[in-house]
Amino acid sequence: MSTTNYLFDARPTKPWKINRQQLAINSIAFIVVLFLTPAVVAVSPLKGKLGAAVVLFTLATVMNIVISLRRQGTKTLTNSFATSLIYTATALVLLPLASLLFTVIDKGKESIRWNTFTADMRITQPDAPFTEGGALHAIVGTGIIVLIATLICVPIGILTALYLTEIKGRFEGFVRFLVQAMSGVPSIVAGLFIYTVLIVSLGLKYSGFAGALALSILMLPTVARTAEEVLKLIPNDLREAGVALGGTQWRTVAMVVVPAARSGILTAVILGIARVAGETAPLILTILGNTETRVNPANVPMAALPLYTFNLMKTGLNVAISRAWGGALILLILVLILFVTARLLGGRKRG
Amino acid sequence: MVEINSKIEPAQTNEIQSEPRSKSRQENKMQETNQVASLASVAAQTSRAINKFTPGSGFETKNVHAWFGKHHALADVSLEFPSNTVTALIGPSGCGKTTFLRTLNRMHEFIPGAAMAGQVILDGQDIYEPGTDVTKIRLKIGMVFQKPNPFPSMTIGENVLSGLRLAQLKRSNKEELMEECLTRAGLWNEVKDRLGAHGGSLSGGQQQRLCIARALAVKPEVLLMDEPCSALDPGSTLRIEETIRQLAGSIIVVIVTHNMQQAARISDYTGFFLSDGGPGQLIEVGTTNEIFSQPKDKRTEDYITGRFG
Amino acid sequence: MITSQDSLVPLTTYSGVIPEKRELTTRPRFSDKVFRAIVTSGGFTSLIILGLIALFLTLQSSTVFRQFGLHFITGFEWSQGDPESGAPAKFGIGAMLIGTLVVSMIGLMIALPISVGTALFINYYAPDWLRKPLTIMIDLMAAIPSVIYGLWGFFILMPHAVYWAKLLHKYLGFIPIFRMPSEIYERSPFIAGIVVGIMIIPIITAITREVFSQVPLDRVQAAYALGATRWTMIRAVVLPFGASGVAGGAMLGLGRAMGETVAIYLVLNLYFIPNFNILFSSGGNVASLIVSKFGESEDFELRALMAAGLVLFVVTLLVNFLSDLIVKRTARKGR
Repeated sequence: MSTTNYLFDARPTKPWKINRQQLAINSIAFIVVLFLTPAVVAVSPLKGKLGAAVVLFTLATVMNIVISLRRQGTKTLTNSFATSLIYTATALVLLPLASLLFTVIDKGKESIRWNTFTADMRITQPDAPFTEGGALHAIVGTGIIVLIATLICVPIGILTALYLTEIKGRFEGFVRFLVQAMSGVPSIVAGLFIYTVLIVSLGLKYSGFAGALALSILMLPTVARTAEEVLKLIPNDLREAGVALGGTQWRTVAMVVVPAARSGILTAVILGIARVAGETAPLILTILGNTETRVNPANVPMAALPLYTFNLMKTGLNVAISRAWGGALILLILVLILFVTARLLGGRKRG
Repeated sequence: MVEINSKIEPAQTNEIQSEPRSKSRQENKMQETNQVASLASVAAQTSRAINKFTPGSGFETKNVHAWFGKHHALADVSLEFPSNTVTALIGPSGCGKTTFLRTLNRMHEFIPGAAMAGQVILDGQDIYEPGTDVTKIRLKIGMVFQKPNPFPSMTIGENVLSGLRLAQLKRSNKEELMEECLTRAGLWNEVKDRLGAHGGSLSGGQQQRLCIARALAVKPEVLLMDEPCSALDPGSTLRIEETIRQLAGSIIVVIVTHNMQQAARISDYTGFFLSDGGPGQLIEVGTTNEIFSQPKDKRTEDYITGRFG
Repeated sequence: MITSQDSLVPLTTYSGVIPEKRELTTRPRFSDKVFRAIVTSGGFTSLIILGLIALFLTLQSSTVFRQFGLHFITGFEWSQGDPESGAPAKFGIGAMLIGTLVVSMIGLMIALPISVGTALFINYYAPDWLRKPLTIMIDLMAAIPSVIYGLWGFFILMPHAVYWAKLLHKYLGFIPIFRMPSEIYERSPFIAGIVVGIMIIPIITAITREVFSQVPLDRVQAAYALGATRWTMIRAVVLPFGASGVAGGAMLGLGRAMGETVAIYLVLNLYFIPNFNILFSSGGNVASLIVSKFGESEDFELRALMAAGLVLFVVTLLVNFLSDLIVKRTARKGR
């Protein structure tokens, strides 16, 4: 079939988009508001950062109303006010996040030296210079504890997800509710529970293993729910195709469904790790903390990054607190890496 | 043999007995021509004194194009809608008629990547003029959607007046307005005793008439309807068609419809849209009577006689 | 073709008897039975864990409840007692429970409007290119460990928050909750509330954003077609649709806030007197109590801590249950 050539001299336009003139007015207005704010703060009784924020908000709202009055006439008052409020809300979310990230990086890098990753605090006082001692024990501890927690939690988490998506038994809703309820268990309660069972009832010692058990309780709902979401996305055709080829359900799930959801399940696991890697409270009750690097997860108190940060912070010594910020920075980087990896994996899956 | 046949449904029997293959084509052909005649007669029955368009006074489009991202969906539509008339837009699916309708009150721009060109002029003003208050435009040009969509959180009465609330208009005689709009939408008698009930408690057809009443409450000059009956049963469709005919006495109605009989029944003018793989275009427009009895364009004739679409 | 007599014959043989229904069941093979058993037991691990938590904490703390009864919940005293003077041990977490509620409510009051605003921004205000980065940033906020929030709250937020608290006291001091018994502003429920609020913002925002994104487009368009401004559309369509989802998200956030431990421990001064002057440096928190007393307590006090943990467990479970109920009820209504 021959395609007709459509010769129209019309160009696509978007008249509803903000045009250059309006953009210029907006920008000028914004700059005016920015410069006006310190001026108003200087002459008014409102002082300090909070005062400046209040003035900024008020001026921005007024300017917004003036501009929209000019563009759209009356009855835009509530709309402009609401717009200002909603922009402010978003700013109020991003401000603490930015401040937190900036502070952790800024203060954390002070104490970080090469030996932070090669030495532990065995013979170093918390307030010794940064060139002595390090967080090796904490990093190793976190690694081991999280690894064990992952090994315990992942099979159970995937089984839970499989129950919800493949078996769909009578108790599907109930199990889903339980998982939901479990995600609400406070982390301190998980720690207390493991402490009660292992250390009080069974008489075992504080150990990395106990910490890992506590973390796996917190990790399970995240892994189960994310894995369920992923398994749900696997088209039913695939399952039917597997069964139609004469496969048993077990073989279909193991050889078709789970492999198809592989990267999604990996995402679930990584999100679960990110969820628990920074947990402090349950570790206080289960691993107790240590200043030496320990690799044996049984019978010996262990260190972990969040606990290391927490304990140093509690000392109240300036140098120790700097070390605590350093620990926080390492922890933050670890969580960021996990988070970004999960995002990339998840994003690739969805296309 | 007779006994056997008697167990089959009578209609089926007839078909089997009286239908050699060769004959059926002829019959179909006859049916087609009949259809044209019947549509034309329907259109003729309902045709009224038709207003002539006076430029600068009513509602018109000039060289309207529409894009979705890179896809050129609609090209070069220039149409005039005389006051107090119903214009039907017909055409096969994907021909751009709904897109065109949505450019008429600037609903087109909600689709990400949408773009347009050309002008839509109401009372001598281009509604796409930069700086135009789009909410005012939509007050003047109301819209009724394919699926009835009353606001479920509001009662029937609140639904009718929701436009006032949404556009923050002040009005003193709300009760009167509510009754007037519901009456014009042909719903007053059915709901006058339960204005406090929720909109969702009505039937589909009633909900759609409620949506019409809601659109009328802000006193639009133009009412756009996007296949308003496609989700409704024939009875409700009839009621809504009556409503549309009555509305035509006071405002401009533009209605997109898949149903050619409906176009023939209710419209004064009909525009035929078609896309041959490229952007949709307005192939032909004229009085409904003309379009259905003596279409000028071959493609229009093919479409209304059912050769495609 | 159809007229052929043969093809019609089957119709005549219709006997009028409906054959018995046949059960369509596949007898699972042995391997599948094992598979199903394993998966099902895996699915019920959550139940087992939750049950074990309740069981062990109850067993360990039963003596505490037997001795103090309801006073454990309503009492305001916490002392190990003194064997020399013969003063008995007294354990009551009333002040801590009240403190937990006060701090969580402050957190919720701060987080809820901000979260709803942000969710609205992401769905209805932000330009397309900004939506995804914003969503990612807010998810990231949820992933930041609580000890870091505690650190930041103590060193960075506290100085600002003390200044805001002074302003509140100066201008709104006539309101009872802003009164100050004495001028100590550091480590107050107000500050702990802000920190917890920031921590639950991502949770509430995520749920609210999700609910708002499910608002039917045709309703939004209907509102705009009636000449609505963005805000009036949100008022008339989005907020009524999302209200119960927002409520569910708020409850979930509340549950998180009540279970928060180390961040609060670092920015709140634990004190066994119920305090409603939120700007004053005295508050309570069950989870922080456990952390703060854990290292130094023995035997009976330890059991009291377990009892406190049990109470916290039950309370958060109830809050979560309520949140689940709200969300479910909404889903069933179909809106």
